[in-house]
Amino acid sequence: MNASEKVSQARPEWPTEDGASRVPYWVFQREDVAEIERARLFNGPVWNFLTLEVELENAGDFVAVDAGETPVIVTRGEDGELNAFENRCAHRGSLLALEDRGNVKDFTCVYHAWRHSLKGDLVGVAFKRGIKRKGGIADGFEMSKHGPRKMRVEVFEGLVFGSFDPDVESLKDYLGEEISQRITRVLGGRKPVILGNYIQVLPNNWKLYVENTKDSYHASILHTFFTTFELNKLSQKGGIVVSKNGGHHVSHSSVDAAAEKGKDTYKEQKIRSDSDLSLSDTSLLENFKEFGDDTTLQILSVFPNFVLQQIQNSIAVRTILPKGPDSMHLKWTYVGFEEDTPKQRKIRLKQSNLIGPGGYVSMEDGCIGGFVRRGTIGSPDDSAVLAMGGYGIETSDDRITEASIRGFWTEYRAKTGL
Amino acid sequence: MSNLTQIRDLTSLIAMVQGRYVHTIDDGDCHEWPDFFVDDCFYKIISADNYARNMEAGLMWMDSKAMLHDRILSLLEANVYERHSYRHILGQPFITSVEGDELESETSFMVARITREGPTDLFVTGRYVDRYRVIDDDAKLVTRIVVLDSNQIDTLLGFPL
Ligand code: FES
Ligand SMILES: [Fe+2]
Repeated sequence: MNASEKVSQARPEWPTEDGASRVPYWVFQREDVAEIERARLFNGPVWNFLTLEVELENAGDFVAVDAGETPVIVTRGEDGELNAFENRCAHRGSLLALEDRGNVKDFTCVYHAWRHSLKGDLVGVAFKRGIKRKGGIADGFEMSKHGPRKMRVEVFEGLVFGSFDPDVESLKDYLGEEISQRITRVLGGRKPVILGNYIQVLPNNWKLYVENTKDSYHASILHTFFTTFELNKLSQKGGIVVSKNGGHHVSHSSVDAAAEKGKDTYKEQKIRSDSDLSLSDTSLLENFKEFGDDTTLQILSVFPNFVLQQIQNSIAVRTILPKGPDSMHLKWTYVGFEEDTPKQRKIRLKQSNLIGPGGYVSMEDGCIGGFVRRGTIGSPDDSAVLAMGGYGIETSDDRITEASIRGFWTEYRAKTGL
Repeated sequence: MSNLTQIRDLTSLIAMVQGRYVHTIDDGDCHEWPDFFVDDCFYKIISADNYARNMEAGLMWMDSKAMLHDRILSLLEANVYERHSYRHILGQPFITSVEGDELESETSFMVARITREGPTDLFVTGRYVDRYRVIDDDAKLVTRIVVLDSNQIDTLLGFPL
């Protein structure tokens, strides 16, 4: 079925059984759903993650990114403030920035040279008065009434977010205390260094990757790297946090120090394996104490499409960008910190083998969304079942639950009206 | 013209080694892939953009032959993905410098991905930026930086490039 045929049939009702536990497959397939998401999510009262503030140190620095499917320019103005506006000329809509990053005085469109300031205001029209009093722009044309759409911009712990809705709640309220604290835990008080960035093109609807990221249930089942090499024998405890409205989440695990205490094999753990298969170079597993706690893994998401990941000392941010109903971009930014010693930096670089498009514990996530898309293509009116851990969306101290996915759909439905 | 003769000989040596390299990954036994490297080798996959900006991380970042071995072991024994294979097409090696028994060279490549019995897709293009050590009639990789032309990877990166 192609996209236009999908639209031509009226959208079915969302199944009502068991709270937020059913997710109809049409929500991943329909062009009209993507339209609603453009209007009510990405252009609506949400905060879109745009970039890391370190990308914009000096006045005139800019990056070209996306908010949902809308191309956006983020700049540092002459006044030191951050600005974000559509990457779209006020005249007839050409892209303004044709590079991903740089330092400029203003944005002059290549098409007819209309000039835009670092704040996104239209400030110059070529041949405004024509030549020898012939031609030129219409009388009464006011430049201030034309220009690309601007976003509200707020920064938290070096993460730059933008919203097209001027009335959106503050970023601080949007994140809430618990999520904010968990972000601060990873990024607070340190200056990040970008170690790499990549785009993984996935053959599936963006929400399938959101579900995957929030799915603490699949981690030890789909990703068999740690279990195959028996690398994770330390007693682990963990849980999930779901924000009040359901939209954000944290999945975390840590070494259970109390349970470890009684064991005498502690030293051998982690590097010894009883199975036939073992790693020859265990330096991949070296890590250093970076946080004032025992948390070895923390995956955090901010509604609708931002992820902050800490897997041991591997830190990355990911943005989940829709590209029509059937495709998406997963944008990875690998992060270190200015204070890293050379040894610590090397540990991070080695651990980056765990993550990304070819990562030992992440490559499976690259294909699983495509499997779901292909598996469900003939059954738009059937639904996925989210019954693990009951039907609620509460925080819990185990991870065999789908509560954070139900949380996402609860907030998604509240925001989209679907 | 002894310099020309030397470069010509080295070029054909590297071309021969690289012919075996791609055969090993595409059609042979992938377990033998690490044998093309010296023990304390360095192997990294990075995009041209990240390379030009001196970004440190890579899509793969490995600093020993043992790590290369582990990559193959994990790929074949632990990781889960739809069955697929790669087909490497290499250009001629371009020897950029020779110092003692080591040389530097660059080679362009295109890699197609074949998923199950089809389709065949163009997966990545790029160049190898290599340092080889010539040992008897063979050459081993001391460093291989796989520089991908694009920043985008479709679906996932499995087998080595
Ligand atoms: S479209 Fe930009 S100046 Fe005409
Ligand atoms: Fe996963």
